[in-house]
Amino acid sequence: MDVILFLIFAIIAVVCAINVVVQTHPISSAISLVGVMGSLAVLYLLLGAEFIAAAQVIVYAGAIMVLFVFVIMLLNAGAESKHGRSLVAQLLGAPLLVALLGLLAYFVERLYPRGVSVRFGGFTHGTPLDIGRALFTTYLLPFEATSILILIAIVGAIVLAWKEID
Amino acid sequence: MDSFIVISLIKAAVVFAALMATLLYLQWVERKVIAHIQVRPGPYRVGPHGLLQPIADVIKLMTKEDLIPPYVNKPLYLAAPFIAMTMALFSISVIPFGPMIEVAGYKTFMQLTDLNIGVLFVLAVSSMGVYGIALAGWSSNNKYALLGGLRSSAQMISYELPLSLAIAAPLLISNTLILRQLVERQAGSILEWNVLHGPFPQILSFLIFLIAGFAETNRVPFDLPEAENELVAGFHVEYSSMKFASFFMAEYANMITVSSMAVLLFLGGWVAPWPARYGSSLVPVAIFAGAGVVALYHGMHPGHRRDRRTLPVFGAAFLAMAAVFLLPAVQAWLLPLFWFCAKTGSVLFTFMWVRGTLPRLRYDQLMGFTWKFLFPVAFADLLATGFLVAWFG
Repeated sequence: MDVILFLIFAIIAVVCAINVVVQTHPISSAISLVGVMGSLAVLYLLLGAEFIAAAQVIVYAGAIMVLFVFVIMLLNAGAESKHGRSLVAQLLGAPLLVALLGLLAYFVERLYPRGVSVRFGGFTHGTPLDIGRALFTTYLLPFEATSILILIAIVGAIVLAWKEID
Repeated sequence: MDSFIVISLIKAAVVFAALMATLLYLQWVERKVIAHIQVRPGPYRVGPHGLLQPIADVIKLMTKEDLIPPYVNKPLYLAAPFIAMTMALFSISVIPFGPMIEVAGYKTFMQLTDLNIGVLFVLAVSSMGVYGIALAGWSSNNKYALLGGLRSSAQMISYELPLSLAIAAPLLISNTLILRQLVERQAGSILEWNVLHGPFPQILSFLIFLIAGFAETNRVPFDLPEAENELVAGFHVEYSSMKFASFFMAEYANMITVSSMAVLLFLGGWVAPWPARYGSSLVPVAIFAGAGVVALYHGMHPGHRRDRRTLPVFGAAFLAMAAVFLLPAVQAWLLPLFWFCAKTGSVLFTFMWVRGTLPRLRYDQLMGFTWKFLFPVAFADLLATGFLVAWFG
């Protein structure tokens, strides 16, 4: 049952991810990206990380991607036309992609030679309680550093927008 | 395992049927309530007191021509009402309506599924619901629809912040994300409900939640996405027949979700306002008996000719309901259900009351209100609650 669900949602994620690149219209790409986020959330859920799954949907699919869609709609971006692809990209694109994936697979194989398999439901520390405890004890410094980083980004965005008005 | 699947299927069918019937008649109730606020009778022609009006509307919507304009982006145009409806129905699946019950030897919860991230699940699903409206507006290829879709996505992103902060405050007190436990920790009396709970009553959070809930469901006074006098009908202007109806139903389903979440988070869920030993179990009996007597009285002195036959029937039905509430066999599940429905109904009535009373906000007022007022207030409220819980807890 778990394996079937994993296969279904893994395939959906991969197909949506390919669709993000293939689609010419930005809105269709964005919707495909939402599909990727959603199926990733289901994969997290299958692994037992409920909180991460919920956060994935709330933050990525529900907030960030809505903002993307909003901006695309606001700018009224039209479909892109395919033109000006160089001969090098046309000839070498697919072989290079295969080579990259092969290299990645090779290094993963080398790094984890024994193939540690994931058991569904084996991970039981994904509840909000565990995550909160970990965030505020073991990982307090990275957590706070990240929040300050985000704060700096927000302040920077406001400063940049301010100059535009003047 | 087999019995689990069978019970789940039965529960899903029961909840779905009850929800659909509620959606159908919520619209009738809303038309009646607003009509009475505006001193007119409301639907009156189809059936006694317009009671068959929703069924007539459904037949009308289903038999209407389903028009797809040639200039729309077809896949997204067709997907949008589906997304809106699915997300609206999805969140109902985690809402608990009552405690554990026993039917023919099987013990089961009055809830479709119990997640240990129930609150987050509702938030996640409701944040996905905006795609239905935004995509409907964009794919219609119509400037009014696009403006409606844009407004709705901006509005829903903005109001999600105070909504989430207002949800976080009672969670600090209850210390759980499981909706069932949330209610169990508010058991006892009205003073244990999160809205009045010490050390810091969550009245402010409750009000913020309601206001942000109005905005999230695109209801008056925040119905900018479909402002008729500016945008014709907003995001659903190009939709007809059942596609229009599914947006309509999604809006009402979202209303029910927000109301039930308000009841679960702040108003103690299915818990009676005071313990049964002080007679709270007699309240539904008194309400239904009172309604029955009033209906019978008006049946004796009819204002309209038809009332002479219909009102006594309603009166008898109400009295029968009052008698049912006295049966000890059904009290175990009927009383919690009554309190849940009564509280949710009160919140829904507030939705309608506000719609009948307040005018629509201007768009800049809408945005300024949430970013400059509601968000800081919700934040201060959360901080104060957190400090007080840390201090006394």
